[in-house]
Amino acid sequence: MTNPHSIDNLITALGAEMQPVRRLLPPWLRTLGWLAVVAAIAVLLFAFHGATPMLQRWAGAPDLAWATLGAVLTAIGAAWAAFTLAVPGRSRAWAWLPLPGALLWLGASGWGCFRTDFQHLIAPGTQIGNLYQTSDCLVFIIGFSIPLSALMIWLLRRACPLRPVLTAVLLGLASAAASACLLQIFHEYDTAATDLLTHALAVAVVIALNVALSGRLLSKA
Amino acid sequence: MAAAQAGDRRVYEKLLADSVALIRAVARRRGVAQDHLDDVVQETLITVHRVRHTYDPTRSYDAWLSAIARRRAIDALRSHGRRDRRERHDDSVLKTHAGVDDPSAAAERQQRAQHLREAVAQLPPAQREAVERLGLKEQSLAEAATHTGRATGALKVNLHRALKALRGSMQKDD
Repeated sequence: MTNPHSIDNLITALGAEMQPVRRLLPPWLRTLGWLAVVAAIAVLLFAFHGATPMLQRWAGAPDLAWATLGAVLTAIGAAWAAFTLAVPGRSRAWAWLPLPGALLWLGASGWGCFRTDFQHLIAPGTQIGNLYQTSDCLVFIIGFSIPLSALMIWLLRRACPLRPVLTAVLLGLASAAASACLLQIFHEYDTAATDLLTHALAVAVVIALNVALSGRLLSKA
Repeated sequence: MAAAQAGDRRVYEKLLADSVALIRAVARRRGVAQDHLDDVVQETLITVHRVRHTYDPTRSYDAWLSAIARRRAIDALRSHGRRDRRERHDDSVLKTHAGVDDPSAAAERQQRAQHLREAVAQLPPAQREAVERLGLKEQSLAEAATHTGRATGALKVNLHRALKALRGSMQKDD
């Protein structure tokens, strides 16, 4: 039990310590800031690899374009939800925002597996990679997710994530989905069970790492 | 809150005072015991102060405050739950706890004092200073403010944060 006067004393002390503060930018604007960094990386990758091979792959196998669109929507939705949930008083329902994008991503990838495994139609300029070859995708997605997650944790720590684990899941999903989108710029393997498995594993690893590490970092914010 | 964010101290203090009733109501609804309501109120007020920049004036203040109070109430329930589990029934304590003259009890007291000294040493300088002046040397706020050149308000806040950190540190050691 605390001293009944201590609350009054604390209020006076907090008042004495008070300074004007710069208000936090709205979540959508903070999301745009993070996405701008992802877009800048995409521009660099396009400058190096060019857009033509990716567009040719999409023309030959439109499900690849749909899967990329799904990953883009997942990244946007998860990032927006993470920034929104980091502000006290926002509904937990925001956590569902990345779901439509994720369903499109999964659905189009599943269709891609059907196309390659059963219809034997391979997108132009690609091959079916084995598990060893597609492990490069795993390294790329995890490797790019680390700086993207670090940036988002830094941004989120300025807010007040009262649900650190849920926020960490969303930020992990956003980072992994954004990295998967960037990979599509020069991805030389067509969708197949091996490729899909590697990508799913990479996303799961990124989310698990974020829950294990950034959950703690965010809970101290 | 918008005026408080802009630095109006009078409005801010009134707002915090008016918030106490809602914080208590939220904590009570969450199942926090009457004895611990003030702890939740204090922790919530400190969090409100720290994250006041996250409040958006176009949205409900009550919803923003309630979310913070709910979180702090859950923290309090967990913390007290852990403490209660560690507490022993009187009979078992009488059977197993050594008397004050017992050398092992003295050693344990010495060990705890050493842990406390180490925990105080690890505090940030401003918090350590507040504990040393107000707690250990038993100086008055005015004396401590004169010696340190800090405002009395800042000393109180630092002492509060230091005690919280020390409680956490000592519980971890138990």
